[in-house]
Order: sequence, then C-alpha cells, then structure tokens
Amino acid sequence: MSISLSLIYLVSIIAFIIGLKKLGHPATAKNGNIIAASGMGLAIAGTIFIHDLQVPRSIYILIGLAILIGSIIGGLMAIKVKMTKMPELVSLFNGFGGASAALIGLVEFSKDGGDKMITTTIVSGIIIGAITFSGSMIAWGKLNGSIKSVIKIPYYNTANNLFLVGIVAFAFFMVTAGANNEVLAFALLAAGLIYGILFVLPIGGADMPVVISLLNSLTGIAAAITGVLLSNMVMLIGGILVGSAGIILTIAMCKGMNRTLGAVIFGTFSATDSIAGTNKTLGTIKKTNPSDSAIMLNYATNVIIVPGYGLAVAQAQHIIHELEELLTKKGVDVKYAIHPVAGRMPGHMNVLLAESNVDYSLLLEMDDINAQFKNTDVVLVVGANDVVNPAAHNDPSSPIYGMPILEVENAKHIIVNKRTMNAGYAGIENELFYNDKTVMLFGDAKAALTSLVSELKNM
Amino acid sequence: MNEWIVFISNNLEITYIIILSIFVGVEVIKNIPAVLHTPLMSGANALSGVVVVGAIMVMLNSDPQNYFALTLGFIAVVLGILNVVGGFAVTGRMLKMFKKKS
Repeated sequence: MSISLSLIYLVSIIAFIIGLKKLGHPATAKNGNIIAASGMGLAIAGTIFIHDLQVPRSIYILIGLAILIGSIIGGLMAIKVKMTKMPELVSLFNGFGGASAALIGLVEFSKDGGDKMITTTIVSGIIIGAITFSGSMIAWGKLNGSIKSVIKIPYYNTANNLFLVGIVAFAFFMVTAGANNEVLAFALLAAGLIYGILFVLPIGGADMPVVISLLNSLTGIAAAITGVLLSNMVMLIGGILVGSAGIILTIAMCKGMNRTLGAVIFGTFSATDSIAGTNKTLGTIKKTNPSDSAIMLNYATNVIIVPGYGLAVAQAQHIIHELEELLTKKGVDVKYAIHPVAGRMPGHMNVLLAESNVDYSLLLEMDDINAQFKNTDVVLVVGANDVVNPAAHNDPSSPIYGMPILEVENAKHIIVNKRTMNAGYAGIENELFYNDKTVMLFGDAKAALTSLVSELKNM
Repeated sequence: MNEWIVFISNNLEITYIIILSIFVGVEVIKNIPAVLHTPLMSGANALSGVVVVGAIMVMLNSDPQNYFALTLGFIAVVLGILNVVGGFAVTGRMLKMFKKKS
C-alpha cells in the first residue's frame, strides 16, 4: 500500500474519532457528523484513485456506477423518511452494511489459498455479515409492522443456540480442513442468514432498542474483520469504533429494560413468558374528560409530561409541544421525563420531540427527574405504560420486576392518556391506573391532546 | 494451533491496534446523553458503511473476466455506499432539528 494512501487513511481515522466524539454533545453534534462524513469521503476517494494496480477503465466505470446508484437511493431514503420511521431505516441501512461485508467474504473465499488465519477471518466475516443482514431485515419488517409473529415454541432458545453452535463448529471444520469448496461458503452464508432470522423473529416490540443496538454493533465487527482480512486500517479501526459504540449502547439499553447482555444473546429474550399478576384485585379506575384535565393542568404550578411510544404512533409530538408552550405561557413549569427505552430505538423519543421544536434542555433523563416527581402537581402520561408501572418496584412476581421506571406514582396527581385499557407490550396489568391519585383520559393521543389544548385556550 | 501463534506474532501491530481501538471507542462513546442516542447510533451505523472501502478494493483487484467477483463486488459497493450516504444524510437531518431556544 502506498504511503500517501496510508496517510489518507490515518486522516480518515482521526476524522472518525473526532466526529464520534463531537456527536456526543448536543452543541457540536452537527459538526461531528460532517467531520465523520468527510473522513469517509476521503477514505473512499483515496481507495479508488491511489494504488499501483492496472485497472481497466470498464471496472472504474462499474465502480462509479455502483457509487452513483447507492448514493441516489440512500440519499432519497434519508430525505423521505418520517422521524417515527427512523428505527426501521437505521435497521435497513445496517443490514446493507452487513450484506456488503458478507459479499466481500464470499469473493475473498474464492481467491483464498488455504491459509488458516485468512480462512478464519473470511468465514467469520461471512457468518457475522449474514446474521446482521437477515437479522436487520427481520427487525425492519417487525418495526414497520409487516412481520408480526412472535414465536412461542418450547425450547426455541435452546434450539436456536444449538444451531449457532453448529454454525461455529461447521466454520471451525472449514478452517481446520482447509476446505476451499465454494459450495461450503454458500452453505455457511445460508446458515448465517437463517440464524439471523431465528434470532430476531421471537423478539417482542418492546425489546427492539436492544436488538437494533446489538445488530449495529455486529456490523461494525463485520467491517473490522473484513479490515483484518484486507489489511486495511481504516476498515479495521472504523469497524471497531462502531462495534464498541454499539456494545455500550446495547448495555445501556439492557439496563433500561432490566436484562443482561448474556440473556439478550443466548435466550430468555422473548416477549412475555407468562401473564402474571392479573388476578389481583386492583380496584377501580377513574375516568376523566378533557375539560377536567385542562383545569388540573391550568392550576398546577409544575407539570411533568411522560411521553411513550403511543404518542409517536398517534403522531402527537407536535400537539404535545403546543400544549407545553400553552402551559408555559400560563406560568406553569413544564418538563418532559424521557425513559431510556421510550420509543423503538435508543433516544427515539428525543428525536421525535426535537422534530416538533421542543427545546432539548426540557427533556430530562430518568435518573435526573425521578427525585422531582414527589414535588410535582400533575404528571401527564401519554401513551406510555410499562415504563411507569410500579410493579417493577413492588411485585417480585412481575416479569418487569427490577426494571428501572419513571416513578410517577410519587406525584400529587396523575393523568394517564391511553387508547384503551389494554396492557402494554409486556402484557401485564399496571396498578398505576388504579391508583387513587390517577385519572384516565381515554382516547387517541392526538385527539385527546387536541381537545385538551382547545379547552386550555378557552380558560 | 502453531499457525495461529505464528500469525499473531507476525501481526502483533494489528493486535495492539485492535485492543487500543476498543478502548478509544468505549471512551469516546461513554457518558453520551440519552438525547443523542439515536443520532449517535445512526452516525455509527453510517461509519460501519466503511466496508464499502473493502468492496471497492475487491472490484479494483478483480479480473475483468471474473464475473462472479465483479457482480458480488458491484452489489457490495452499492449496498455499502447506500449505508454510508443514507446514514450520514439522515443523521444530519435529525441533528438539524435539535434546537435550544435562546
């Protein structure tokens, strides 16, 4: 590799690190994105133009064509996507990255001379790339609602894990036997694809933030392995950066959902095992209407809004901002409490509220706001359920026991907006709704909030 | 087994780089506020599109008659660049929305 290309890669790597660092602070994030993107552009241009190979023009044309097609499709998708659909899009892009790594592995396998270490990197690139691709496609389908099934077969996880062990054993055999039959590489690819499907298929909607982070991390690892294979530093380091970032986010999401990383990868990682605690007498619920709720909010000194995925589904992020502005104008102190797994990917709720111009300094994280609930007059819960369920604290038999929640039950009054009394994703009853301090405002989030706003305007 | 030990001793630098990069990645990402998790993730996702560099290398190294390698390489470049361009564009679009009122 020429020294000038190596230097270009070095600049790209520095740009990646600085870009990621800047992405971590609200004030510098925009620049960070631009810096990282410039580093990527530099690495791609350098790879195409700086080398000692005799490359026929036809191949250059093909590369240019591929870049053009990919850029146009990618750009259009990025411009058109709605913010509520962000998790699907990230999954989709992520899957493409994984597929790219798997394809590179396939091509390199056909050139492989039987060196065991090279074969090891190739087969691991193929497996991880394939799992990421099919897993991300299933995640995409589940998030956009086209795949609904949540499989519940006894010993499903055990069978799944055995299958994974089988894949690894098969790959190990290919390496040690020095197998160079391309059919075997395709078989490995197929096995990886099937495992990716089996891995993501049983996972319930509420667990999606964890899965998306994990798949994201896996693509990084696939890129890094391909970097080792091609002795390419920018791929190696770029991939590892993504891999470690993804693992950290995954662990953060696991904490938010009360799961361990091991449980995520190897089992007990499915929707509800059982529906617990439903037979308890929980008392009765109290219904309310928009005008009574508006009065409560109007005469409060401070209000905390707890938005959940129901808000996003109803596209109510703009009207909630209007409500917040209206209350602020009337002298009420309004804040938002954001649970780490609110939405369908890490930080999704923040993006949705930012889209409707909510000042991000009003969005408080769980640890910062939990102590404030007891001094709060009114909490307005919109389309959230499991993340405010006190059973996580006081019912050891509950599947969500131990999960960190927003402690809204400490507030003086609680208004819960829900469409129906149906249970949340975890499929369990929420005693918060039966609390003496709680009133239920039934209806679609957008419709309910709209009438709340008009009631408030008339006061 | 011997071959692997030989490989590692021949590639000590790579081993160092891998381990140090893991630390850099962890240090850079930790303590990021939840408000930025989605943009960070989609930005990192765009970065993982760096596989496109490898896909381009595969195409550059292919024999023009090797249709198998060229076809797979072509698809790999399209998918990789889609990940890169789409990822950075959508991250930029999201970040544009984050505002602090004065």
